[in-house]
This record gives sequence, structure tokens and C-alpha cells, in this order.
Amino acid sequence: MLIPVLIGMSIITFFIVHAIPGSPAKAILGERATPEAVERLEKSMGLNDPLYIQYFRYLGNILQGDLGTSVKTGRPVLEEIGPYLAATFELALFAMLIAIFFGVNLGIISAWRHNSTVDYGSMVIALIGVSMPVFWLGLMEQWIFAQELDWLPSNGRMDPRMFFEPITHFYFLDALIQGNFYALQDAFNHILLPAVALGTIPMAIIARMTRSSMLEVMRSDYIRTARAKGVGETLIIYKHALKNAFIPIVTVFGLQMGLLLGGAILTETIFSWPGVGRYLYDAIHSRDYAVVQSGILVVATIFVVINLIVDLLYAYIDPRIQYGKE
Amino acid sequence: MSMNAPTMPNQESVTETKPEQMDSPFRDSMRALLRHRSAMIGGGIILFFILIALIAPLLLPFGYNQIDADARLQAPSAEHWFGTDDFGRDIFARVIYGARISLWVGFFAITGSIVVGSVLGLIAGFYGGWRDTLISRFFDILLAFPAILLAIAIVAMLGPGLENAMYAIAIINVPTFGRLMRSRVLAVKQEDYVLAARAIGMKNSRILFRHILPNSWTPIMVQGTLGFATAVLEAAALGFIGMGAQPPEPEWGKMLSDSRAFIQSAPWTMVFPGLAIMLTVLGFNLLGDGLRDVLDPRMKQ
Repeated sequence: MLIPVLIGMSIITFFIVHAIPGSPAKAILGERATPEAVERLEKSMGLNDPLYIQYFRYLGNILQGDLGTSVKTGRPVLEEIGPYLAATFELALFAMLIAIFFGVNLGIISAWRHNSTVDYGSMVIALIGVSMPVFWLGLMEQWIFAQELDWLPSNGRMDPRMFFEPITHFYFLDALIQGNFYALQDAFNHILLPAVALGTIPMAIIARMTRSSMLEVMRSDYIRTARAKGVGETLIIYKHALKNAFIPIVTVFGLQMGLLLGGAILTETIFSWPGVGRYLYDAIHSRDYAVVQSGILVVATIFVVINLIVDLLYAYIDPRIQYGKE
Repeated sequence: MSMNAPTMPNQESVTETKPEQMDSPFRDSMRALLRHRSAMIGGGIILFFILIALIAPLLLPFGYNQIDADARLQAPSAEHWFGTDDFGRDIFARVIYGARISLWVGFFAITGSIVVGSVLGLIAGFYGGWRDTLISRFFDILLAFPAILLAIAIVAMLGPGLENAMYAIAIINVPTFGRLMRSRVLAVKQEDYVLAARAIGMKNSRILFRHILPNSWTPIMVQGTLGFATAVLEAAALGFIGMGAQPPEPEWGKMLSDSRAFIQSAPWTMVFPGLAIMLTVLGFNLLGDGLRDVLDPRMKQ
């Protein structure tokens, strides 16, 4: 199941990237290159071979762990993409934490105080959150919190004047390893605005999902039994009800991870976040073939794998779901 | 939103009306929809935007591309309600013309996705076999990409521009409708009336168009309304990163990205286009949720 999808994805990315108008050889040599020079380079890059040969060469390289070399920097994509991926992961993870924390709690409060003003208010917030364009929210945040109030920085992952040597490129981890708490604080300040922007839509969706699934569970017999025997409200909600309400929430989480990777492209553009979205976007603009096709493939593969993990998580959360029996 | 569950007026109205005014399920649904508060708010917002998009030229003293070098980056005033941008163009006029663009793109992109997705879904669900395998795998693969990333790649291939952005949005939304249609067809195919139709020797094409298609419409319509919201967002996103509408088209996403240079000096260049996007998307989301509550209670999650 996973393998055919991955192969299909590699075919689609390969052909889309090769259909992008403009010669990569020309992009390397510049506009004023002689046609002969362009032709020579195209030949040496193998761009004159039939497409299917180029595809199989590309596939063979991938299987050997060679994702190609960036034309712009001259470095292998595999080497280069790491820090960008780390930046995106850090951002997406943080956004997801925000989304889950606020989303789940908002949903619980709504379900608990069903049909009250609180419920109504939270659901209006959730509805506006779902409809909010990420990039507009990001700009508004920059305007209000970075420009007007001057509370938080509006760009990048860390103050460039900071003395900081990344090891894993997960800045939080790096700062902790080095015991550099000043850097940790700075990394936190930098991630806050983009993470909130990126996390808003998932938060809203998780809130709505939690609410409806909690409402269903709260009506069930075992909750009534728990109430009858005098279990406290907090315990009922967080221990008994939430556990069973979690299955649809996990589904949403899986779906949202993909949206998060997509939304990261926009968020990264706005906040100059050096993540994989911006890396790809720059590569498309400079016609860096190798980076575009491998980059898209890497992101899509991660997405597919996350969805697979989510599927497996179901079985763990809900023993009633079993795989391999269709 | 499911706060006000619609009451089905089924029983009373059927008994009260005369035979010639028999209630159809369609009329029932419409009546329930009219009673659905959030759906009506959503529908109202959409109608409002459609209306201003239609009568835009009558509303405005300024053209959306009327450049006025003396009125650059002016704050909102009685003359320029939403202020002016860096070319001295009236932002109110641009936002209103922007409604034309967004609705147009959303409508054609989603119509395209529905048509292509439905045809593929019908074939996959009705015929099954290798056709189903092929089409379903194709959907899986498309869905394996983060949508906006795939859209960017497609636009890069076709060349930046509003029309190509529309094609890209249509393509990335095809699997959603395709899968939905396929699952509906699979369900309807099992119904007794289809079996009966087959038993009396009805042809495949007739079964498809007379029975299966009409009975698969509801979820497609609901998903189409919600998909409209997504399409408007995606079009704005593509415009924002420069892959969609090109200057001087007054597209909302493009206006937002142009405003980035003036966040500090002229925040109104940013506030209004974004607000317009949000309201439009909100309208379609509200209406879509309402339609789902009314038409297809089973889909309610």
C-alpha cells in the first residue's frame, strides 16, 4: 500500500518538475550564456535523454540514497535539507501542541457547558479560526505583536546576533544541550507568533471535533454510572470521557499534520522561517530541479508516514479496531 | 454547527396540504434550511458578496486600477472608506472587485473538481475491478501530497496566473469528490431498487443516470459548498505567494502580499483584503455545515 503510493508520487513529481518551463542549464549559466554552452551542459546533465530514462536514473539514485545536488549551492540535497526539515518540524510540532492544548480544552468546556454562552462563544471562535487565512493571521500578528506592541520578534528562528552553534538544528533541543537558556528564551520568542498562526486552523478543527465527540460520550451509560457513584466532574471528563472521545480527535490530528506541512509554506514565507517550505519555494523560483523534485518527495513521504502512524495509533487507542482483517 | 437542530416539518405539513401541493423531500429540506440559523447567516454573507460583485461598477466612484499619485497610502476616510494603497488606488474598490475574482475562481475550480471527481468516482464505484484499483490509487497518490504544495508545483508547471491557479485548485480537489462519489455509488449499488432495475433489464447507463447519480448528489452538494471555502482560501494563498493572480488584478491574496511592505505605515492595506477573505470563507463554511445538518444528518460528525 505504501510502496505503490510512493512510486506514484515519485512519477508525478518527476513529470511535473520536468514540465516546468525553462531550462535548468540556462538557469545555471545565466541569461547571457551561449546556446552552445547551454547545450553542452544539458548533455552532461543528461537532460537530452528520453524522459523515461531520466526517470529511471532518478529512481535508481533515490534508492541509493542520492537525492541529487542543488544547482544553486552545489551541495547534495540530502545533506542540505536536514536543517530545513528540522526547522519545519519544530514549528509544526509547536503549532500542533498549541492546537491540541487549546483545541481539546475549548472543546471540553463547550461540551461540558453545552448550549451555554461559553459553548456558543467557543464555537464562534472555532468557526472563525477555521475560516482564517493563515497568511492574514500571520500578518496581523506581526502588525500587532511585533510592530505596534513590540513584544515579540517578527522574523527568523533566532536573533542573528546570538552566539549559537546549532547541533541537531532543533533549536530548543540544541539550546538545552548547551545549557544556553538565553538562546532557549530567544528561540521561544521567535517561534511563538508563527506557531500560533500555523496552529489556529487545526486548533479550531480539533475544538469542534472534541466538542461533538465529547457530547456523544457524555451521554453514555458509563458516564452516568460514574456520576452516580460520585466521581468528581474533572475526573469524569479527563479520565473517563476524554479517553473515548479521543479516536476522532486522533483522526483529525493525522489529517491536520498534512495541512500543517502545507500551511508551513505560507507561514514560513511570512515569518522568514528557514524551513523546508521556503526551501522548496525558493527552489521552484530558481528552477533548482533536483531540490524541487526531491524536496516535494521528502515532504510527501513524511506526510504519508505520519498518516500511517496515525492509523496504527487507532489500533492502540481503540482495541476494537484491528488491521489485517478485511 | 449543530446547536439548533432543525425540526423536520414532515408529518404536519403532509397532512395539512392538499394533494396537488404535496411536499417533496426537497421542499422539506429547503424549509429546514431556512430555519437553520447559522446556515442562513452563511447564506446571507455569500449573497452579500455575490451582490456586491455583480453591481461593483455601480457602487464605486473609483475604478479599481485608478492610480492617484497624490493620494498614496492614505488612511481610511470619507472619500476612501478603506484607505488607499501605495499607488493611491482605492482599497474599497479593489476589495469589491476582488470579490468577483475570488467567487469566479472558487466557482469554476470547484465545479471542475466536482465534474471530474464525480465521473472518476462513478466509474470506480460502478464498474469496480481494475478501473477501481487504478482510479483509487490515483486518488491516494494525489491525497498523499500536502494540497498547497501540489498546487504550487502545478502552477509552476503551467506558469503563474489566475487561470492556471484555478486549474491547480481544481486538480487538487478532485480526489475529495471522487472518493465521496465512489463511496456513495458503492452504497447505492446495494439498494434494492437498483437490483430491481437490473432485474427488469435496465441498461447500465440508465441505472447510472436515473438511479445512482440522483441518489449520490446530497453529500456532493454539501462537500461542494465546504470545498468552495477551501478553494477561495487556496486561491488567495496562491495569489499571496505570487503564483496566482498577477498585478494589477485586485485579487485579495495578492493585495495582502503587496501590503507586507507597509505593515507599519499603512496597516489598512492589509486589514481589509484579509477580512474579505475570512468573511467569504466563513460564509461558505456556515452554509456548508447547515446544508449537512439539514440534508444529510448521517454525515454529521
